[in-house]
Amino acid sequence: MDPECARLLPALCAVLADPSQAVADDTCLEKLLDWFKTVTEAGSSLLLLQENPCLVDLLTHVLDLKPQNVSPRVLSFSLCLAGTFAAQEDCFEYLQQGQLLLGLFGEAGPLSWAAWSVPIVRSGWIRGLRSLAQHPSALHFLGDSGAVDALFSLQGDSSLFVASAASQLLVHILALSMQGKAAGSSSLQGSAWPACAQKIVDHVEACLCSTAAPQVTQALNVLTTTFGRCHNPWTEVLWGQLGPLVAHLLENEPIPAAHSLVDLLLSVARSGPRDMAVGGSSSPVFASADCGLWETTARMLSCLSPSQAGPLALGTLKLQNCPQALRSQAFGVLLQPLVCILRATAQAPGPPGVLDETTEGSSMTVDTLLSSKSACVGLLCQTLAHLEELQPLPQRPLHWPQTLLVEAAVIILKLCEGSVAPSSSEGGRLCGALAGCVRVQRAALDFLGTLSQGATSQELMLQVFAVLLETLESPASSPTVLKKAFQATLRWLLDSSLPPSSLDLGLPAPLFLKELFPVLQKRLCSPCWEVRDSALEFLTHLTACWGGEADFREVLLASEVPKLTWQLLRDPESYVRASAVTAMGRLSSQGLQAASESSGHLEVQQGLVGELLHILSVDSEGFPRRAVARVFTEWLRDSHADVARDTEWFVATVLPMVSRDLDWEVRAQGLELVQVFLAQTLGQSSPHCPYVVTLPKASPPSPLPEVLRTLCQLQVFDFAFRALFDCDRPVAQKACDLLLFLKDKTAPCSGLQEPGESSDVTSVEATLQRWQAGEQGQPLSTLEPKEVLAALRSMDLEGLQSRLAESSDHVEKSPQSLLQDVLATVAVLEENVADCY
Amino acid sequence: MVPGKTTLPMMPLGRGARRKNSQLPRRSRRQPAETGRRFLDLRSGEVDIKHPKVRHETVLPVRAPNLTMQYPQVQINHHYARLWTGHDFYPQFPSFATCSKELKECSGHVFVDSVPEFCLPETELIDLSTVDVILISNYHCMMALPYITEHTGFTGTVYATEPTVQIGRLLMEELVNFIERVPKAQSASLWKNKDIQRLLPSPLKDAVEVSTWRRCYTMQEVNSALSKIQLVGYSQKIELFGAVQVTPLSSGYALGSSNWIIQSHYEKVSYVSGSSLLTTHPQPMDQTSLKNSDVLVLTGLTQIPTANPDGMVGEFCSNLALTVRNGGNVLVPCYPSGVIYDLLECLYQYIDSAGLSSIPFYFISPVANSSLEFSQIFAEWLCHNKQSKVYLPEPPFPHAELIQTNKLKHYPSIHGDFSNDFRQPCVVFTGHPSLRFGDVVHFMELWGKSSLNTVIFTEPDFSYLEALAPYQPLAMKCIYCPIDTRLNFIQVSKLLKEVQPLHVVCPEQYTQPPPAQSHRMDLMIDCQPPPMSYRRAEVLALPFKRRYEKIEIMPELADSLVPMEIKPGISLATVSAVLHTKDNKHVLQPPPRPAQPTSGKKRKRVSDDVPDCQVLKPLLSGSIPVEQFVQTLEKHGFSDIKVEDTAKGHIVLLQEAETLIQIEEDSTHIICDNDEMLRVRLRDLVLKFLQKF
Repeated sequence: MDPECARLLPALCAVLADPSQAVADDTCLEKLLDWFKTVTEAGSSLLLLQENPCLVDLLTHVLDLKPQNVSPRVLSFSLCLAGTFAAQEDCFEYLQQGQLLLGLFGEAGPLSWAAWSVPIVRSGWIRGLRSLAQHPSALHFLGDSGAVDALFSLQGDSSLFVASAASQLLVHILALSMQGKAAGSSSLQGSAWPACAQKIVDHVEACLCSTAAPQVTQALNVLTTTFGRCHNPWTEVLWGQLGPLVAHLLENEPIPAAHSLVDLLLSVARSGPRDMAVGGSSSPVFASADCGLWETTARMLSCLSPSQAGPLALGTLKLQNCPQALRSQAFGVLLQPLVCILRATAQAPGPPGVLDETTEGSSMTVDTLLSSKSACVGLLCQTLAHLEELQPLPQRPLHWPQTLLVEAAVIILKLCEGSVAPSSSEGGRLCGALAGCVRVQRAALDFLGTLSQGATSQELMLQVFAVLLETLESPASSPTVLKKAFQATLRWLLDSSLPPSSLDLGLPAPLFLKELFPVLQKRLCSPCWEVRDSALEFLTHLTACWGGEADFREVLLASEVPKLTWQLLRDPESYVRASAVTAMGRLSSQGLQAASESSGHLEVQQGLVGELLHILSVDSEGFPRRAVARVFTEWLRDSHADVARDTEWFVATVLPMVSRDLDWEVRAQGLELVQVFLAQTLGQSSPHCPYVVTLPKASPPSPLPEVLRTLCQLQVFDFAFRALFDCDRPVAQKACDLLLFLKDKTAPCSGLQEPGESSDVTSVEATLQRWQAGEQGQPLSTLEPKEVLAALRSMDLEGLQSRLAESSDHVEKSPQSLLQDVLATVAVLEENVADCY
Repeated sequence: MVPGKTTLPMMPLGRGARRKNSQLPRRSRRQPAETGRRFLDLRSGEVDIKHPKVRHETVLPVRAPNLTMQYPQVQINHHYARLWTGHDFYPQFPSFATCSKELKECSGHVFVDSVPEFCLPETELIDLSTVDVILISNYHCMMALPYITEHTGFTGTVYATEPTVQIGRLLMEELVNFIERVPKAQSASLWKNKDIQRLLPSPLKDAVEVSTWRRCYTMQEVNSALSKIQLVGYSQKIELFGAVQVTPLSSGYALGSSNWIIQSHYEKVSYVSGSSLLTTHPQPMDQTSLKNSDVLVLTGLTQIPTANPDGMVGEFCSNLALTVRNGGNVLVPCYPSGVIYDLLECLYQYIDSAGLSSIPFYFISPVANSSLEFSQIFAEWLCHNKQSKVYLPEPPFPHAELIQTNKLKHYPSIHGDFSNDFRQPCVVFTGHPSLRFGDVVHFMELWGKSSLNTVIFTEPDFSYLEALAPYQPLAMKCIYCPIDTRLNFIQVSKLLKEVQPLHVVCPEQYTQPPPAQSHRMDLMIDCQPPPMSYRRAEVLALPFKRRYEKIEIMPELADSLVPMEIKPGISLATVSAVLHTKDNKHVLQPPPRPAQPTSGKKRKRVSDDVPDCQVLKPLLSGSIPVEQFVQTLEKHGFSDIKVEDTAKGHIVLLQEAETLIQIEEDSTHIICDNDEMLRVRLRDLVLKFLQKF
């Protein structure tokens, strides 16, 4: 601990011990605890207490004061602090000598105080114990003090945080007491559990046999955490002992704590592969085939309700070492709802193999789907989300029923649209439950989107495009549904096949485009800004991918879309304006901008640059201006024809606007633009990686002095120097990087400077210092290349770069500052009290 | 104009074609109308008041909004010769030569050429001259009022809110104006001959009660009808002859639209019709006051349950913008009040974003000016947001600003100023939405030939396909965006969960999915207990019985009562009084003091008038515990006692005395032969177990 903190510590302890001085802020105490933890981890706690007796005094004082006089916050803090110190065995012994720990954590301690009713105190007590439970002495202490029994009851605490912490502490104690036993697992085969562990195991056993669901849940939670954290041989013995009890729970009707049971089984199952990976041997829990885990899982999959079985099925499928039969069963559970939907709507339900596996339990699924609207919606959303999650994983089943899944997603979307008329009564009820259901629509569209990567027959693809078009067209589609529909459409368009021009005319994508564009046109005119925005984003992405394809260009240019996009540059909603800017930028890059009937191409293009400059200079919102800055940077980078025609004019026009912008992102983007410009005029900065292959430069850069002069004329340095002292750190960092790049590039020139010319730099430096002091209004005299070179050389840019790399609150985060803050807060509070009188 | 050649199709009031797709069948507005005719007969009741001083038969024809009262059936209505491009009908059907002048054919459809006629409200089921009160739910529901008040002998009172009356007047005025503007000499009647009608193609052959159809009323009749309306405000309690109290509540559908509570002291019936839970311009629907209803009569749900109004407004705006941007004109056939206010508000927010600021919007109706102005002055009937604007002070509706900035212009007709100001491309709102009369006909003629133009149907009352039929072939684009803000089935389900009426009564159509979409189980009312449904011309007994009647006790009589507590918290007292009943109010008055028996003659006369107030036998209460009763009997020397259980109680058999004591819940009988002493003894023993007062 640094001396300054040690000096402040007694005052801090005095403040905390004084009941009349309330510490206003909880977070201060938490930060203090973090700091003490860091300090104790770095050195001896005993030494710390001996050097700073005020700390023990604080704990003693808290204990001596009648607990009702101590604020619950300070009490909780003291408990945590004591635990932190006692984590080291010698310090534990030291504190025990004074019976301090027994007083704070024993049965006669907080448990009997009135403050115990405050959750934060109970939580502090558990956290304190969690910290100190690190060594055998602590274990004895826990056993003797009655803390374990208290933890049993705290598992059912009204505060979920306390209950969860209690459960986790029990697991920690169990693991701690088994720590020495891990090596000799055979010794555990009898009843040779250490006393503390035995107590916990007995309690868990008793709870598992209980008829009360909360008790069962508590026991399952403890076991879930245990198997999640501990992967030692004793866990196998534990599962061998408790597994049958867990399996026995399945015989109850209804199954108690089904969700916790699922978590436990997955936790046990997951504890295997990790061990395998680490140890290279088979997992302890899975070592014996008769451990019963897979049987229990299989039984659970068949007897849980479909919505409860879903997470178990997904979890099972994600496992690496799971028997194939169980995987098939689990996949069947996930597919069941979709198969039921297909059957009810009289669609062909996929290959027979899948069906056979899913017939079992399908009646239960149908019952759930038909029982109520909320059950149906809940199950379908869950199933679709699970399958969506499974789809990209390597563990997904080898026989992935792409056709069935696509058909199911299509039919679900049609049911949501109300556009399918099933003949069966089940189908009718499903239609009633799903018609107009936005939740299912969104889930189905997401899922359908992920299916775009699989191989799909042309016929089915037509169905997909038809349903997507129907959703995009429907007046009833909500903005969020439309957004998802656009996203799914994009994925299918881009993933389904090759670009349109390389396709035969008979294939779906080009035909679909012809139908899509009138819909897109309508959506661009939607009164709902979210829809206009989604449509513009869709257009941007599609153009980026297909902008060069003849078919696409033809359809796009024949439509009103480019004209409408242009009009949306003046949209009242800033997000839409921003998206329109990006879209127009993209269209223009591809030469797809609207061709006005009255004006030629050039006028249109100049009009677009003018329009974007207008937005950059006058738009009151940041988003459109940022979008313009990004588009301009892209144009410059891609040597857009209109920019390349007169790059200097372009940079000279844009820079004054971006440099004065109030939005830091626009300024940062402006620096990015300058960076691109410099790279083009001075050449790329030397690549960091020596193996990077760079293309030979098309034209050699201009001579350096000339370039520098141009940069001075364009006021690039003015902008960069100002940005160096920008109040927003990212801008300053970017400016610093930029100037360092310039310094690097201009290094060959610096030798040219003559010694007598350094006086000019003084005025530059003076201005820069004023800017640093916040006087940004101060103008910089017109710079000459020589002054710039001198200024670059004289500035400690490297130092500035490392200073900027530190987070802005690095000064305020020091422990000293923290202690001062706490003391200052109290002082302020005192002053306020005085003012009142 | 050549009257002989002007024909438009008969419109059997196809309200509510559902989808744009013409192949999809639809449920017409008329279906619920046909079965929706009901009246609540509040005469029946369990308490029969013998001699009311004033007797009123209170029959309240509480109509479904989609009855013929609401929308007169537009039979034939066309007056613009230049529109007609068809030819006479009879060459194809020689047998109809007799009525050949009445029947015309156009694009495969047959039409009747006649002066417009309207279908009247049902008159056979109920004699309207015996009706005392008519409650009007909203201005769309009162279009047939002049037919009732002026031609049926109706002498009762009509209740409605002020905006309902004012805007209803505008709608009727517009209708009369449209019809009278283009007079036509004769009505077609030959086709109504049943033998001819049944041979005609649909929809002519399916038209019902064609013989009762009448020509449009006059403004004079409208004024006379409206003068019979008594204005009411929301939550105002209106006593009807002491029998029931009616209260209008906001229904959220239109300015001044109402649901009605009809209640007595112990029964409550809610009549919910044409209601909306959406946030539009009217005051929100009052749901709270509908709670605790014995019966909720539910009607006037949306015509197009599958069309979400928000989505339709979006369609409307997008299509409008696309058309205008391409240099086309947009025609919106509409009523002069109602959804148009919301549309104008949407457009107010939309036109700038869509770059349509320079496009003129025209609203053409004989009542356009009044409608726009009326909407701004009914502040208390508007939603909260609009109400609060009034205090700023700002006009509640933004169309004021549209008018001020010349973006929206309104004209009474296409003649006069409009022809000078007319500029294209433009957007025109005008009537009539049936496309059979009104200025809309001119615009159909003017713009129908160009595919650049678009007609957008927003009113759900008419099938757009039938409306367009006589204009075929048509090049202009047709968009169907029906905006019906009334309750859909999901909203009904929420409403019923919230209000929890004991019983729901609704038209049969609402209890099953629409025939064309039989798989849509969501398009029906789903509630517990299942709703009671009714069909056309069916008289329904509401599922409650009047068991109680409130009777007032005069204070001096109440003073004289001496209650006796028979159970904790329950006290009883006997009352002797005279029941006075007048105007369905019942009052208990103290009986006149018995006159002194001065002479036999006088006393006799008094006793004729006043009930005999002799001392009454005490009333008994309580129950007889059989076991204790038997023990008591044994204590008093009875032996050989046998007890038998019966369905209603017990029989105690005193075998020796040959006596039977029958104990039931509300009576005890002692049956013994000729032993009065024994009977009295037993009676006294029984009485010991009972309380007297």
